[in-house]
Amino acid sequence: WPYCRKRCSYCNFNKYVVPAVDEVAVGTCLVQETRTLLRLSQVQSITSVFFGGGTPSLASPRTIAAVLEAIAGAAQLPIGAEVTLEANPSSADTLRLAGFRAAGVNRLSIGVQSLDDAELLLLGREHTAAEARRAVEAARGLFPGQTSLDFIFGLPGQSRGTWARALEEALGLCDDHISLYQLTLERGTALAAQVWSGALPTPPQDFLADMYQTACTMLVAAGFRRYEVSNFARKGAFSTHNLSYWRAEQYIGVGPGAHGRFVPWGEGSHSREARIQTLEPDDWMREVQSQGHGTRKRVALSPLEQLEEVLALGLRTDEGITHERWGHFSPHLSLEAIFGVPGEAKTLEQQGWLVLDNGGLRCTWEGLALLDSLLPDLLCQLQR
Amino acid sequence: MALAGRTAMWWARLRSPCPAASSLFLPPWMFAGPVACERLYSSRDKEKIDMSMYPVESIRNFSIIAHVDHGKSTLADRLLEITGTIAKTDQNKQVLDKLQVERERGITVKAQSASLFYSHEGVNYLLNLIDTPGHVDFSYEVSRSLSACQGVILVVDANEGIQAQTVANFYLAFEAQLAIIPVINKIDLKNADPERVEKQIEKLFDIPIHECIRISAKQGTNVEKVLQKVIEKIPPPQCNTADPLKALVFDSTFDHFRGVIANIALFGGEIQKGHKIVSAHTNKKYEVNEVGILTPNEQATHKLYAGQVGYLIAGMKEVTEAQIRDTLFLYKQPVEPLPGFKSAKPMVFAGMYPVAQTEYNNLKSALERLTLNDSSVTVHRDSSIALGAGWRLGFLGLLHMEVFNQRLEQEYNMSVILTAPTVPYKAVLSSEKLIKAYGKAEMTIINPAQFPDKFSVSEYLEPTVLGTIVTPHEYIGKIIALCQDHRAVQKEMLYIDEHRVMLKYLFPLNEIVVDFYDALKSLSSGYASFDYEDAGYQAADLVKMDILLNGNPVEELATIVHNDKAYATGKFLCERLKDAIPRQLFEIAIQAAIGKKIIARETLKAYRKNVVAKCYGGDITRRMKLLKRQAEGKKLMRKIGNVEVPRDAFIRVLKRQTDK
Repeated sequence: WPYCRKRCSYCNFNKYVVPAVDEVAVGTCLVQETRTLLRLSQVQSITSVFFGGGTPSLASPRTIAAVLEAIAGAAQLPIGAEVTLEANPSSADTLRLAGFRAAGVNRLSIGVQSLDDAELLLLGREHTAAEARRAVEAARGLFPGQTSLDFIFGLPGQSRGTWARALEEALGLCDDHISLYQLTLERGTALAAQVWSGALPTPPQDFLADMYQTACTMLVAAGFRRYEVSNFARKGAFSTHNLSYWRAEQYIGVGPGAHGRFVPWGEGSHSREARIQTLEPDDWMREVQSQGHGTRKRVALSPLEQLEEVLALGLRTDEGITHERWGHFSPHLSLEAIFGVPGEAKTLEQQGWLVLDNGGLRCTWEGLALLDSLLPDLLCQLQR
Repeated sequence: MALAGRTAMWWARLRSPCPAASSLFLPPWMFAGPVACERLYSSRDKEKIDMSMYPVESIRNFSIIAHVDHGKSTLADRLLEITGTIAKTDQNKQVLDKLQVERERGITVKAQSASLFYSHEGVNYLLNLIDTPGHVDFSYEVSRSLSACQGVILVVDANEGIQAQTVANFYLAFEAQLAIIPVINKIDLKNADPERVEKQIEKLFDIPIHECIRISAKQGTNVEKVLQKVIEKIPPPQCNTADPLKALVFDSTFDHFRGVIANIALFGGEIQKGHKIVSAHTNKKYEVNEVGILTPNEQATHKLYAGQVGYLIAGMKEVTEAQIRDTLFLYKQPVEPLPGFKSAKPMVFAGMYPVAQTEYNNLKSALERLTLNDSSVTVHRDSSIALGAGWRLGFLGLLHMEVFNQRLEQEYNMSVILTAPTVPYKAVLSSEKLIKAYGKAEMTIINPAQFPDKFSVSEYLEPTVLGTIVTPHEYIGKIIALCQDHRAVQKEMLYIDEHRVMLKYLFPLNEIVVDFYDALKSLSSGYASFDYEDAGYQAADLVKMDILLNGNPVEELATIVHNDKAYATGKFLCERLKDAIPRQLFEIAIQAAIGKKIIARETLKAYRKNVVAKCYGGDITRRMKLLKRQAEGKKLMRKIGNVEVPRDAFIRVLKRQTDK
């Protein structure tokens, strides 16, 4: 859902703030594109659905239901399949959430971001901390054990102390899944402009590292597992959908600017493609209306490119890349054959950042926080 | 830009392709001069000028010397106009400065010689205006130019008075025993004070006040008088057409169509097309294809005679064949070669590398072509592990280096990496082994990598210069402090009038190479002027300073420094490097060391967190692109021990400070 009511100061997603959305038209197009792409992919069974955005909680439950019906009509959508909706606290009252549940949503991801009103203002969010709390309570009531909260840290002016206190509060509020994102200053956002012009300070590198480590330690103490760089879950409440990205499984992106990775068997192709849908909603709608989908770009991924993605994404998880999954993409060259020989990986293993064993290739606890420094070396080794 | 100003590489006419120049070419040759003499030929193609009309007695060879911006080029423009050499229009501004770089900087890089025809008291005179480089970087070239002259016009600004370059140039002319015509220019300016300047000239140069000519080159006031003085005061050259040919090569340029064009001054005999000539330097024989005069475009003549100045084309393929200072004589009629000028002596060396190695061949050919027209640049092949294959170039000074670099960019569209400039140090070797290896006991070090250690050296020497500073007296205190800070020793201090002081200091050359001139200008609000001349070598307490990354030396950053300055330089380099190297997975010690002794240290802390926060379906494409670029970048990194250093890190460290 590419629409938002307000532009957040840190967000550079493909999103549109428009006075009025023709929801019927957009919904029809979403349904149409879903059908077309499912047919192209010839996927039999859907593991998970994720309504992201934008602000999907601004869409009506009817639209959500229509898309889910389209999916179920074109492929199997098992009863227990994870269906997540991203919601903003300002559009997540009990009534609305109940509607989404009735439409088929069974997991909610709430963009809380902060429980401090001043920070929320800085981020350009339209809700208050109190509204966020109410939304979380409502969500937990309707989606027990299936409510996830998003937080951002490393904000201008934030100290290690305030972050630790914020975490305490978050832990008191949360369910079994929590995502903690370090603020990334994106080009073209208001916040980045303020920081780069010197109007706002950012916490020093070392503070950010401390903040992250503090969070990991506190969450682990509270029974969470850091199953990905920024994602924490307990009682097995992982996001199945997100895990499939990191495991380099197939996914179909529907809607303006959506990305997909799948083999379009239906078009006679045999190789995995990276696909991007048209960014601008009106253009996208015209394309969907005229040709059934708004795919703007398709790039066939070479075997090497696929392996690069498997590596870069898989290492973000604590399980890493299993031998089995690697074998699926690289039947002839094992992880051992590539990374078990003297080279970059071995060096990184000796330095204590990486492990290659029976379980596969993965980062150590410390290594995960430094992944982006490890990957260029590993990619070089892979390319050889 | 240090040392910017007008002047610089006078001499040598531009013939290389230069789009900026084409529109500035002179108006077509004049058929009839508006003033003075009658033309002695009808057109450039049909009838050649008969140079025999100008016997030695009616020839005057002279130069104009001046401080930057005192009006040398404007006076030259007027002289060309008055003698009908160029049309008289309002457009004649810096007629002789054709290059883009000259126009932009207001300096003369490539000079012109021009033959002027002037009738005075019934006699037709041939006046050869031979430009001299006035800039500090080119004092050797001034002597070169002056040795083809018998006199000079010394131009001094009526407002600014005597400046550092005025002094330096005066002494060059004085030592060459030339007639000197003092001219006070810009008397039309509101603040002009010619009386004060006349007094300065009298006091400093011992020239009687009444000999000074007050002019305004811009308005043309009294310029004619200057020409008359040239005829009266400057003696004709002492030589004879009846003698065997003796021609001095005082400049050479390269033309893509015609090959080498040598500028010559005839000290005896005559020369014409078809003559077989020999170079005293190479002993090679050539046949003369064309001779002529410069007006300032080439104007072919039948012959050139003793005392005259012109050009010669004789099938020389390379500029090196026309060695400046070479003597040409007729085949089988050898003469005693003229005493040569000192050859160009590079004062400043720097490494030059292509930005990417794929550009190597393009840069090579650009360098070859540009050095054809600027033979004062020395070129040695060099290579650096970090920067790849390149060259070590020797320049006459910093301005020369910058001008050369700018011409590479503007005329050949090449951008290059220039390493920090260094001066030619010397070491007196004591180790027999090294002496044998090097071939002599005194070795010149143009690259710090070659610095021999002190156990095999009895003495290190550094080049020095005698610097002249002229300043309003209120800045004296600050300037003296600045000089002391640059290890300079005061040699002289003289009030040239009530307000102005001339200071002379002996400087180690390396102390003025980088930022001295800028500092001087800024602390004197632009009023102090500076010039320097070569002053030989002096013993110096030199050390080689290494920069270490986690204990491993960075060859590119090794520098030769004076012991007293080692700490400050080391600290500065470490700080710069710290900003230029990205954090890595481990801590990096950045150290400056002399031998085994660490004199400065900075620590670059290890990364503790470096992982992007979000990576979902829509982020992957962008993420992979970035990672792959980083992986590519890794391959280009210079590895020093474990430490990965981006290629541009060295350049950023070595670059001259502009933001200090």
